[in-house]
Amino acid sequence: MSQTIAPALTAKDFATDQEVRWCPGCGDYSILAQVQKIMPSLGIPKENIVVISGIGCSSRFPYYMNTYGMHSIHGRATAVASGLKASRPDLSVWIVTGDGDGLSIGGNHTIHLLRRNFDVNLLLFNNQIYGLTKGQYSPTSEERKVTKSTPFGSIDHPFNPAALALGADATFVARSMDRDPKHLQDMLLRSQKHKGASFLEIYQNCNIFNDGAFETFTEKSTKPDNTLFLEHGKPLVFGAQQNKGIKIDGFRPKVVEIGTEASLDDLWIHDEKDFYKAQILVRMFDDPRIEGHLPRPFGVFYETERPCYEEMLNLQIEEVITAKGKGNLDKLLRGNEVWSIE
Amino acid sequence: MTRKQEVLSDVVIKFAGDSGDGMQLTGSQFTNSTALLGIDLATFPDFPAEIRAPQGTLPGVSGFQLHFSSERVFTPGDECDVLVAMNAAALKTNLKTLKKGGKIIANTDGFDAKNLRLANYPDGVNPLEDGSLSNYEVVRMDVTKMTREALKEVTMGMKEKDRAKNMFVLGFLYWMYNRSLEMTEKFLTDKFGKKPEILDSNLKALKAGYYYGETTETFTTTYKVERAKMEPGTYRSIMGNQALAYGLIAASQKSGLPLFLGSYPITPASDILHELSRHKSFGVRTFQAEDEIAAVTASIGASYGGSLGITTTSGPGVALKAEAMGLAVMLEIPLVVVNIQRGGPSTGLPTKTEQSDLLQAYYGRNGECPMPIIASSTPSDCFDVAFEACRISVQHMTPIMLLSDGYIANGAEPWKFPKSDDLPELKVKFKDGLAEGEDKFLPYKRDEKLVRPWAIPGTPGLEHRIGGIEKQDVTGNVNYEPENHQHMVFTRQAKVDRIADYIPEQKLDSGPESGKLLVLGWGSTYGAIKSAVAELQAQGHAVSHAHIRYIRPFPKNLGDLMKKFDQVLIPEINNGQLIKIIRDQYLIDAKPYNKIMGVPITKSEMVMKIKQMLGLS
Repeated sequence: MSQTIAPALTAKDFATDQEVRWCPGCGDYSILAQVQKIMPSLGIPKENIVVISGIGCSSRFPYYMNTYGMHSIHGRATAVASGLKASRPDLSVWIVTGDGDGLSIGGNHTIHLLRRNFDVNLLLFNNQIYGLTKGQYSPTSEERKVTKSTPFGSIDHPFNPAALALGADATFVARSMDRDPKHLQDMLLRSQKHKGASFLEIYQNCNIFNDGAFETFTEKSTKPDNTLFLEHGKPLVFGAQQNKGIKIDGFRPKVVEIGTEASLDDLWIHDEKDFYKAQILVRMFDDPRIEGHLPRPFGVFYETERPCYEEMLNLQIEEVITAKGKGNLDKLLRGNEVWSIE
Repeated sequence: MTRKQEVLSDVVIKFAGDSGDGMQLTGSQFTNSTALLGIDLATFPDFPAEIRAPQGTLPGVSGFQLHFSSERVFTPGDECDVLVAMNAAALKTNLKTLKKGGKIIANTDGFDAKNLRLANYPDGVNPLEDGSLSNYEVVRMDVTKMTREALKEVTMGMKEKDRAKNMFVLGFLYWMYNRSLEMTEKFLTDKFGKKPEILDSNLKALKAGYYYGETTETFTTTYKVERAKMEPGTYRSIMGNQALAYGLIAASQKSGLPLFLGSYPITPASDILHELSRHKSFGVRTFQAEDEIAAVTASIGASYGGSLGITTTSGPGVALKAEAMGLAVMLEIPLVVVNIQRGGPSTGLPTKTEQSDLLQAYYGRNGECPMPIIASSTPSDCFDVAFEACRISVQHMTPIMLLSDGYIANGAEPWKFPKSDDLPELKVKFKDGLAEGEDKFLPYKRDEKLVRPWAIPGTPGLEHRIGGIEKQDVTGNVNYEPENHQHMVFTRQAKVDRIADYIPEQKLDSGPESGKLLVLGWGSTYGAIKSAVAELQAQGHAVSHAHIRYIRPFPKNLGDLMKKFDQVLIPEINNGQLIKIIRDQYLIDAKPYNKIMGVPITKSEMVMKIKQMLGLS
């Protein structure tokens, strides 16, 4: 495979001649733009990049990326990617999935991909609704949600995707949003930089079937008081005036006012490597409609190192070949016991 | 004392005992020792679905049937000459398959009050003592007692000692059939080398059984079967799933494509996963997926990346893989789906055999979704068929279904194995870049076989997107136009049909080229049909046999071949599946013969049916 670095590429080099067919105003446009923007900076020849998707609005993504790509079947992008990465560790594999594709019909493959820790990037576009099938509730839709299939309100309890990923022993768990291009680019780069399975949840607005699902976190007026941007080694501070912080009270995170209730030094210092603190952070998942709710964290919750599946698989092959030599077909077919007939 | 040695031409032994008694091991050891003497053979293991059903009960009986002969052997035999019964349940379950006058070697300890009760014999009835077996020759041995006696020096618990019972029986049979202990001694040493106590007890029991035969005066005759008149060459013994795994490795070696197996454990296919996972030295990657769907889609991913993508399963697993097979049909990339069929529907009869997934293979996907189908007919044939499946898949850029079944998967036979050099090269060429004058890669531009190029990630200039949505021919772009869809449906069908130009014509297995009756089979019915037809031909009846390997597409001459016969009989272990396809494609009034009992068709059943068709009975 060619490993030569191609002449400097631009975002345009990653666009295809196919007309992008998402609804006007869809959050997917922003995500596509950010992915295309960061691609040239990765230094990976585009022939070595593969984007694999399942089914759903988000899964049209590969058609718009001028790399190798496969638009597979519902829920299985993660499994297709597992087989590709296991056999072709040299490729940069990106999985594009949604809350229905990746957490409902393909939930099983998502958790297994994470525990095996293939070195791939999983982008989960979460819009808390089924868009392509025109508006049924999804496994991340809030309780009591009225949709086409839940005219009396949903009785399903939703998944917390980041907590699910951490529960599956993901080695990288992060969250971002379509409406914050800069942060999204940062998170995409972090995902790519991480060696192992990167789980990046991206809040994505479906302006047709679930408009405003995340507006508390994305609108200028409410964003500062409802979001908490995590930075490694920095205290957990938020608010329009940057005057609020998170303090640990026993095992519970608590909002405090900086200056009156606590000093900066009293605040929780974010440590991406702390598995136990990450468990608490991903659980900061309050319904923003509830009085006194905690802010919703964005950024990298957790990152750790663990050997990747494909590395160990190929290492085993190498070890066996070193120990026994390359397989000899004649020896194999002959086996240990033969007899001759003249 | 001197004993008589009798030469026999043909023997069928059934080893039967509790599923914990080690009958499969005993049977396969006896099989290997038979094979090494150049005697022809066929085996049929028959075990319960439960790993250890309650001890001593009827459902817990595990059996292993071995047919060996100085003549050619094609089936495990309809009836047994010898039944080894380790307990009362084993006798009760298997007595019906024993020939009148046959020999029963009974472990008397397995016929105590408890075992008799567990085998549902009425109170106070013991078949070994009530004269009900007077039509048979009963050899009573207290195997348990004698094994314990032989192991009295060994410091093991009684339970562990009793585990060596099967070796005592094996030793006795080795004596009875004039075999040497050497091969099994070597096997035990390899297996238990690190557990000296277990090794010691097994070796002692094996020898004790042998000496028991030698020194006890009750036994006056030993038996010998001469080596069979087989085609000259070097042979080994092989089981179906093992041969299948070797065929896949051979195809990987000959094509230069690394083998990737995505699989999820399922009876009776798991042995292929086990076998392939042992052969990392051939660069084989095995991936035990989280489910059947992940297994097939991971293989599709690997194939997309340029590996030889394989998935192995049984019928229920194929059902789960159906959507993914449709994806592979749309992507037009290679994928070998192996179905080791078992009794269905649903969970059905996991450890029993059936040929009832043919229509599933043919039609079992949404949309117009043609996939080639190829079927293996004997354990060693699994090698050739696996190799062929890979050839068709990679050279025609198509997923293919390989059908085997539980009977041949677990059955063994002698195999005149090929040399690596004698196997054909499997030429595969990835598209390596844009050709001169080509300014844009066209992923669905076809060659004369209607095959599109295989362009793998990592190749500069060929970046392209493929998927399960209908696409425009040539460009591969998403396309919903009515005319294009019809064109693509016809094209995918034509591509599969065109494989007929690249497979051999159908040959008759035996018999005249025209006449009253053609017996047309596929898959594991081969042995029963072949031996039945041979018997009738020897009696002077005109009957022919053809056995189909290529089921989709059929060989081009199949229609002409069948039309030369007044009648076509299609025996199947299902409710009539191949026959539907044959009738549909050739408008031939073929007649079915169906047995759906989870066991193979026997030779005598086949003879009877053919005689009826010929008006002889």
